[in-house]
Amino acid sequence: MKKLVIKSKGLSDKAIGWLFIAPTIILLLLINVYPLIYAIRMSFTNFYANKLTQVVKNVGLKNYYKILGKEAIWEKMQITAHFMFWTLSLQIIIGLSLALLLNKKFKGNELLTTTIVLPMMLSPAVVGVFWGYLYNPQVGLFTYIVNFFYDFGSFDMLGSGTLAPWAIVIVDTWMWTPFTMLICLAGLRSIPGYLYEAAEVDRASKWQQFVYITLPSVLPFLLLALLFRGIENFKMFDMVMELTGGGPGSMTELTSMNLKREAFEKWKTGYSSAYAVILFVTIFGFGNVYVKVMNKIKDR
Amino acid sequence: MKKIISLILLPFFALMFSTNVKAESLTLGWAAWDPANALVELSKEFTAETGIEMNFEFVDWTSYADRMLNELNNKGKTFDLLVGDSQWIGGGAVNGHYLKLNDFFDREGISMNDFSDATVYAYSTWPKGSENYYALPLMGDALAWAYRKDWFDRPELKSEFKSKHGYDLGVPKTWGELHDMCSFFQGREIDGVVRYGAALNTERGSEGITMGVTAAMYAWGMEYEDPNKPYHSDGFFNAPNVVEAVEFYKKMYEDCSPPGHSNAYMGENLDAYSSGQVAFQMNWYAFWPGVAKGDKDGRVTGFFANPCQEICAATLGGQGISVVNYSDKKELAQQYIKWFARPDVQQKWWDLGGYSCHKDVLGSPDFVNSAVYAQGFLDSMGIVKDFWQEPSFVELLIPMQENMHDYIVNGKGSAKGALDNIIEEWEEVFESEGKL
Amino acid sequence: MDTSRSPMEPSGFSKKIAAFIIIVYTVVTLIPITWIVLTGFKSVDSAVSYPPEVIFEPSLEGYVNLFTARTRQSEEYLDSLPPPETWYEELVRSKDMVITGPSKFFSRYLNSMIIGFGATFLSIFLGTLAAYAFSRFKVPLKDDLMFFILSTRMFPPIAVAVPIFIMYRKLGLGDTHIGMIILYTVVNLSLAVWLLKGFMDEIPKEYEEAAMIDGYTRFQAFFKIVLPQATTGIAATAIFCMIFSWNEYAFAVLLTQFNAQTAPPFIPTIIGEGGIDWPAIAAGTTLFLLPVMIFTVVLRKHLLRGITFGAVRK
Repeated sequence: MKKLVIKSKGLSDKAIGWLFIAPTIILLLLINVYPLIYAIRMSFTNFYANKLTQVVKNVGLKNYYKILGKEAIWEKMQITAHFMFWTLSLQIIIGLSLALLLNKKFKGNELLTTTIVLPMMLSPAVVGVFWGYLYNPQVGLFTYIVNFFYDFGSFDMLGSGTLAPWAIVIVDTWMWTPFTMLICLAGLRSIPGYLYEAAEVDRASKWQQFVYITLPSVLPFLLLALLFRGIENFKMFDMVMELTGGGPGSMTELTSMNLKREAFEKWKTGYSSAYAVILFVTIFGFGNVYVKVMNKIKDR
Repeated sequence: MKKIISLILLPFFALMFSTNVKAESLTLGWAAWDPANALVELSKEFTAETGIEMNFEFVDWTSYADRMLNELNNKGKTFDLLVGDSQWIGGGAVNGHYLKLNDFFDREGISMNDFSDATVYAYSTWPKGSENYYALPLMGDALAWAYRKDWFDRPELKSEFKSKHGYDLGVPKTWGELHDMCSFFQGREIDGVVRYGAALNTERGSEGITMGVTAAMYAWGMEYEDPNKPYHSDGFFNAPNVVEAVEFYKKMYEDCSPPGHSNAYMGENLDAYSSGQVAFQMNWYAFWPGVAKGDKDGRVTGFFANPCQEICAATLGGQGISVVNYSDKKELAQQYIKWFARPDVQQKWWDLGGYSCHKDVLGSPDFVNSAVYAQGFLDSMGIVKDFWQEPSFVELLIPMQENMHDYIVNGKGSAKGALDNIIEEWEEVFESEGKL
Repeated sequence: MDTSRSPMEPSGFSKKIAAFIIIVYTVVTLIPITWIVLTGFKSVDSAVSYPPEVIFEPSLEGYVNLFTARTRQSEEYLDSLPPPETWYEELVRSKDMVITGPSKFFSRYLNSMIIGFGATFLSIFLGTLAAYAFSRFKVPLKDDLMFFILSTRMFPPIAVAVPIFIMYRKLGLGDTHIGMIILYTVVNLSLAVWLLKGFMDEIPKEYEEAAMIDGYTRFQAFFKIVLPQATTGIAATAIFCMIFSWNEYAFAVLLTQFNAQTAPPFIPTIIGEGGIDWPAIAAGTTLFLLPVMIFTVVLRKHLLRGITFGAVRK
C-alpha cells in the first residue's frame, strides 16, 4: 500500500536512490578504481616513471617475487606491525577508560571533551616536526619533564634504536586517543539505562555490570574505532616521516615510507606498484574479514 | 594597537606581492636558503638593466631534489631557469632536461676557461670532463668546518690541551687531531654550561649523513670505483682505508656529538653552533657568511677546510644554473645567464654572500682578505670530490643513507658490512642499467 | 550499597575522581600544544635555549619570520639602507636582516582554506545523499557497495599517487585547487557515507513516510523532514571531514607543487636563515590550528550530541 502511494508523487524511489548514490560511486570509481587498475598493470612491468624514454618491458610476476623475497620488506612489515599493535592497544585502553570516566557526567565534562579532542586537529606532518623539537635531549620539553620526575640523564628518543619505535607510538597515541574516546563515548551513551536498573535488581555487582552490559554494548563501537585507526596506522606516513625520517637507520621506517622511497625517490614505478598492490591486498583482506566479524557482532 | 593592525595587514601586503607577474618575466628555481635570498637581491640589478622581471620559487633543501626532479620528469613548464644540485647534471643531460649550452656560450663569447676548472668539471660537464656544458657554475661550495676560536684562545684551555696532547690547540691538520680536539671539549663546562665537541652531519632523510661520512672517506683516499673499470666498486669502495674512515666517523659521532644529534644536517648543525652547544660544526661554505655575521657577545668563529688524513680532500657541494629545456622562454633565460656570467656581476655576487666560481673574482688579490673563510674556500675547491652524478644517483644515494645511518647512528653491524651492502645495491642498479 | 539514587547515576565521590583524572589527562595532553603556541611568541634564540624557558620575553619574531623572506647582511650594508618604515622591518633589521619579500605562507594558508572547506562541503553533500539512499532504499548489493566505499580508504596514498598524478596531468588537474578538492572528497566519502548512514539509520522512518502519505514527494520528505533531524550527525561528520582535508599531507606533497600547495607541506619547510626557525614553525602551526579549532568549537554541541548516534531519541 505504501509503495503505491509513494510512486505516484514526484520521482520514484528507485530513481532518487540511483540519483543520490551515482555521483559518489562514479567519483570513487574514477579516482580509486582507475589508479588501482593502472597500478596492477604497472606492477607487471619494469616501468621507471623518470625514464620515459626507456622501453617498458613486461616482467610478469618478477616484481612480486622480488618483494616477497626481500628480507628488508619483511623487516618494514614487522616495524609497522609493532607500531600498529602498540598504538591500537594503548588507544583502545586509554580511550575506553577516558570514555568511561567522561560518561559519569560531572560538571564541565562537555568543555573537557572539546578540549581533549584538540590534538586530533593538528596536521600529522606538523605534529611530527614539532615533536622532534619536544624530543630533543637538550632543549626539548619532553626530556625536561621526564627528567623532572626521574633523572635518566640524557636520553635520545629519536636517536636510539630502541627508543625511537616507542617515540612514534607515544606521538600517535597522544594524537588519536581522543578519536577512540569519542567513539566509545558514543557507544556508552547509547546503552539504555534500564539494562543497568534490571541488573541492580538482580543484585549484580558493578564489575559484573561492566563485563556483561557495558563491554558488549561498547564492543561494536570499539571495533569500529579499531578498524579506522588500524587502516590509518597501516598507511601511516607523514607524521613518522617528519619525526624520524625512518631513522635511526631504518628502525622506524614503516611500509608506506619504504614505498614512498621506492616510488618517488628511486622512481621504480613498476616495482613499487607491485609493492602497493601487495599492501592493498593485505589491508583489503584483513578489512574484509574484520567487517564481516563486526557485522556478526552487531547482529547478535 | 598599531602593531596589531599591521600584523593583520601584513598578510594582505604579502598577497599583493605574491600575485605580481608582469609581461616579460622569468621563473628561477633554487633551494630556500641564504644564498638564494642573496640571489634575489643581486637579480634586482638584472631587472633594472633589462626590464625582465624575475620570479623565484625556492624549495627547502629536504624536498628540493624530490620536487625538482618530479617537475623535470614531467616536463613541467613552471621553471625557465633551474639551479640544480651537482648530482643532477647526469640526469639533466641524459634525459634531456637541461639545454645544452655550448652553442649559446660560443655565440655570446662566454668561455668556460673563465671559471675555475674544478667547478666547471663538477657543475657543468656531462659526461664528466668532456666539453659538453649543461650548466654555468653558479655557486661553488664544499663542506668545511667552523670552530669557536674564542674558546681556543683561552689560556687555561690551551695549556690543558697542550699538556694532554703535546701540541697546540688550533686548526686541526688531520682528522686525528680533530678528534683529539672535539673530545677535549666534549662534556666540558665553559662559562657555567656543559658544552660538546662537534655538530656532525647525521641526517637520514635526504643526503645528510652521506655528505658527512664522505668528508672522512675522501680524506682517507676513498675511490668510488676502479679507475680502469667504471662502476666496479668492490675492492675500492670497501677497501680497508675506507673501512677505517667510516669507523673513525662513527667514533667522532660517539665521542663528540651533543645528545640528540642523530638526525642532523645543515639547520641542526647551525642551531647547535649558534646556541653555543658545540666547539666545531661541519657545514657548507654557503652558511659561513651568516655564521660570521652572527658573531657577537664575545663569540669569534674561525673556519678551516676539511682536514687531511692520508690525502687532502673535501666533499663537493654547489650548484650550476641551467636552462630548462621545456621552458617557453629559453632565449630570455639565456639572457639571464649571459648577465650572470659577467665578471662585475660575479664580483657583486661574492660581495652579497654568493660563492662565485669566476677566476677573476677568485684570483683577485683582494679575494683572500675579503672574508675570513675565503682562503679556505679556495683551498677546498681545489680538492673537492663529489658523489655519483649518474642519472640514477638517487638509487645510489638511498642505500648509502640507510646503511651508513644504521651503522654509525644505530650501531648495527660493521663498517665493512655496511659498505658491502651498499656495493651490493649499487651493483643491482648498475646491472639494471646495463652498465655492468 | 546506596540505593537512594538510580543505579545509573554515579556517586558524588566517583564523579569527583572521574573529573580529577580527566582534568589531569587534559592538562597533560594539552602541554605540547600550549608549548607550541608559546614557542610562537619566543625569539629564535630563546626557543633553543636549554633548559627550556617557561618564562620568557615575548617577541613577534616568529610571526614576522613566518610571513617574510629575509636575508642576512653585513653592518655596512644595513647602515647604507634608508631607515625602516614599519615595526616589522625594524624588528628584522635588529637581527641584522633585510626583508626581501613576502613568504609563501599566506597563499598556502589560503589554498588550505579553499581546498579544506571545498572538500568538506562536497563530501558532506554527496555523502549525505548517498547515506540516505543506503539507509532508506533497497539498494542491490548494498553490503558490497558499502564495503567498496570503505575499501577506497584502504589504499596507501603513496600507492595511488603515481597513477593519479599522471591522470591529473593529462586532465590538467595537476597542482590545481579543483583537483585536490575532488581527491580529498573521494577520500572523505568513505568515512562520510559510513558515519552518515549510521546517523540516518537512527532517524525513524515513520516521519517521512507519514509526510509522504500526506502528499510529500520522497525528495521533499528528504529535504524537509530528514535533513533537519540529521544536522547533528552532519555536523559531526563535517568536523571529521574538515580535519582530514585541512591536515592532509601525503597527497598534497606529491600532487601539488606551487599553485595549489597547502600549508601542511609548507610548514615543515620553514627554514630559518641561520638554523631552524622554531618560533616561525610554531607560529605557522598555531595559525593553522585556529580555523579547525574554531570550526569544532562552533559545532561542538552538535559534535557531542551527534556522537551519541541518536541515543537520546531512543
